[in-house]
Amino acid sequence: MSDKPRVGVVTYPGSQDDRDALWALAALDAEAVPVWHAEAELPELDAVVLPGGFSYGDYLRCGAIARFSPVTAAVSEFAREGGLVLGICNGFQILCEAGLLPGVLLRNASLRFICRDVELRVERDDLPFTAKCAAGQTLVIPVKHSEGRYVPPPDLDPAQVVLRYVDNPNGSVDDIAGVCNARGNVMGLMPHPEHAVDALLGSDHGALILASLVGAATDRARPRAQDAA
Amino acid sequence: MRATVLVRPKPGILDPQGDAVESALEHLGFAVSGARVGKVVDLEVTASNPAEARAQVEKMCEQLLANPLIESYEIELAE
Repeated sequence: MSDKPRVGVVTYPGSQDDRDALWALAALDAEAVPVWHAEAELPELDAVVLPGGFSYGDYLRCGAIARFSPVTAAVSEFAREGGLVLGICNGFQILCEAGLLPGVLLRNASLRFICRDVELRVERDDLPFTAKCAAGQTLVIPVKHSEGRYVPPPDLDPAQVVLRYVDNPNGSVDDIAGVCNARGNVMGLMPHPEHAVDALLGSDHGALILASLVGAATDRARPRAQDAA
Repeated sequence: MRATVLVRPKPGILDPQGDAVESALEHLGFAVSGARVGKVVDLEVTASNPAEARAQVEKMCEQLLANPLIESYEIELAE
């Protein structure tokens, strides 16, 4: 068995960035595993990524229907057991609707679709998703969304804010671009790290987040590799 | 039984769609303020009486039709 960590990427009907996420994870030396939305059980995985796109046409509210997908129940169970789950853009919206992350994402204050690089400030570098970043560091990663205005619950613990926009593009409360759950094993962000893993494409700062995830997944994969040996 | 669910952005939640509609109405010469844009969901509910139908639609709102963090809802029943 390969000693690479196995990172699943879920494809919902309407997912769009699943292939980019698979490519980026493989480029960062993970075994990237496609996971279909109809699967009620996950294969053996060390981490899961919910990619961007427009799952179920974004009907009703973004992420509201994907919450009922068989795979979302499996991902929830995986997260409850402490598994690493990263939601990007629509994946972030799904994690919020599924109750795995606090808050909700609404139409951009400008009502415009925004597609450009943004600067992000790293608030926490002690998470499996940010271990290769430094607190206070500025990352350049693109956003592309119409519904990225984050509204936290009134009781959000500020320690759950992982990333903030340097120049808020969408009206998010407190400039929040990414949050984690209290336990720190589930994170969501609106910017797309999978689109920023090669300097040739503008920035490779997204690789810091995805490589952090792959690194944390490697630590979790190691016991299994030893078992197999 | 016919049910209509009105879903509204809660007071205090920024509603850029409402603002855009308001500014368009002002453009047409109407004196308006406080425009907010929500959603209407029409449903046919199978239930033996209005109380049961209302209870079911309440559950639908809590579980799916509205996000309680940002939206309030109102249920209208018609026989």
